[in-house]
Amino acid sequence: MSKVLIAFQENDESRYIVQAIEQDNPDATVYFEPAMIRIENEGSLTINKATVEEMMGCDWEVQSIHVNLLTLTGHIDEDDDYFTVHWDN
Amino acid sequence: MSAKKLNLKDKYRLLTRDLDWDFSYEDRKDAFPFEEFEGIKITDWDKWEDPFRLTMDAYWKYQAEKEKKLYAIYDAFSQNNGHLNVSDARYVNAIKIFLTAVSPGELAAHSGFAFTGRQMGGIGARIAAQMQSIDELRHIQTQIHAMSHYNKFFDGFDEFSHMHDRVWYISVVKSFFDDARSAGPFEFMVAIGFSFEYVLTNLLFVPFMSGAAYNGDMATVTFGFSAQSDEARHMTLGLEIIKFLLEQHEDNVPIVQKWIDKWLWRGYRILTVVAMMMDYMLPQKVMSWKEAWELYFEQAGGALFKDLERYGIKMPDYTDLIKAEKEHLSHQAWWTFYTNSQATAFHTWIPSDEELDWLSEKYPESFDKYYRPRWELAKEMAEKGERYYNEGLPQLCQTCQIPMIYTDVQNDPRDIVYRSTKYQGERFHFCSDQCQHIFENEPEKYVHAWLPVHQIFQGNCGGPGGLEKVMDYYKLDVGKANMDYVGSPDEERWKNWKGVA
Repeated sequence: MSKVLIAFQENDESRYIVQAIEQDNPDATVYFEPAMIRIENEGSLTINKATVEEMMGCDWEVQSIHVNLLTLTGHIDEDDDYFTVHWDN
Repeated sequence: MSAKKLNLKDKYRLLTRDLDWDFSYEDRKDAFPFEEFEGIKITDWDKWEDPFRLTMDAYWKYQAEKEKKLYAIYDAFSQNNGHLNVSDARYVNAIKIFLTAVSPGELAAHSGFAFTGRQMGGIGARIAAQMQSIDELRHIQTQIHAMSHYNKFFDGFDEFSHMHDRVWYISVVKSFFDDARSAGPFEFMVAIGFSFEYVLTNLLFVPFMSGAAYNGDMATVTFGFSAQSDEARHMTLGLEIIKFLLEQHEDNVPIVQKWIDKWLWRGYRILTVVAMMMDYMLPQKVMSWKEAWELYFEQAGGALFKDLERYGIKMPDYTDLIKAEKEHLSHQAWWTFYTNSQATAFHTWIPSDEELDWLSEKYPESFDKYYRPRWELAKEMAEKGERYYNEGLPQLCQTCQIPMIYTDVQNDPRDIVYRSTKYQGERFHFCSDQCQHIFENEPEKYVHAWLPVHQIFQGNCGGPGGLEKVMDYYKLDVGKANMDYVGSPDEERWKNWKGVA
């Protein structure tokens, strides 16, 4: 299975998003690089609104990932309560 | 009773479908006159899926938030003399290249997406292209604003707009975007939306920007990452256009494959300068060009092409060549600019001993054998007061407009690759088989190329009278904005600010 990748600017908001990703995608690898955080995983990565809100302790809109998102690879599936990138082979 | 709140999918469906209309008294073909001539067959625009489902209200909300953050940082950067915090003033030359060569490309992309955002027949695709068009305008504006602070303190920034239409190496980027914008809407989308945005721009906007941050350039990393937050959406549009075209009709497959082969190569050639910026122009190193290439092209691009196999799309057949070139690209480019820096809008320098060691370590296959000895010689010559400048004008490739600097890395990396072909009795020259094939597919387009060296010899760049006239025509302040960093006014000011002799 190919690897998917998501990268965020490193800041307070992104750190919670990354924590949520780590909790919901235990096999993901997180790389801290200057000013950015890059996350890779085999096949897919999912961000769940509920987990991010639990980490942040406040409401969080899935579409607000646009503010801190740097890049991603894979097909996207997005709705009100989750955001997923995936490769199917 | 209040209306039920719509979910994201419903909101997006209403935005992109129910706002469109049918043509009852006008011919649809007159409304979208460019939709068919490229040979692309669209059977049903309703099959278009925008995975991000970004509605207009969310678009404006988040773009406004990005701008507020960005300009707050610009203010802080400028109020706190942020230029004094970069790792070394040599670094600033990388962003001179950015402003003169990259930023005008954002404006070209803005115009190209405005065109496709008008000409594609499907409303979902039009809205995504229009959003991207607005983004690209935002990118050039924010880049100019960021650089305006550096312009107060360093040479080489002030005439970027004038230079864009004239200077020899900047013509490489200009001609790339002109080529894409003069194509039809679908070729433009495959060229810029897919090949450039999805597969290649990561190399510039992610590892290079991370490097800018590491070198203390708060302004550049901020606009870079702010722009890149739009790029994630642009990449998705690029992937969607490819999937859509391939799913619409099997006759589209060979057309799309040909465009991918052409535009990945065209975009890859442009990245030569980014390779050099990463390996030679960041005093504090983050990752080598080769490492960035392996991660963002070989791994990420490889996964993408594996996914596209189901449509019958193949990785271009020059994949082995570009894999081999990653060992050489940055070294050949920096040497070219070093030896021609009497005609550039930025300074060059001989890498320090520590930098040479870093390059030897990162490029064990190529650096010590082919490139380190050149720098040792350049250093020796400079110390004797015989700093080498190339006084001739280079042969340019008719397609990519890059001087013929590339060597035969798969056989003997010491041999320059020269290709040529005859068209209507005239001979045309190329840097590679790929650039020659691109020319041969559309010779009637590329014979019109405005090649800076030809134009100089024809007397169209300041008239006859030698290179001095050409530099005036470029508005290039020779000896101030270019040549060696060592001994330049930039270096002198930097030393004064830093209190070093």
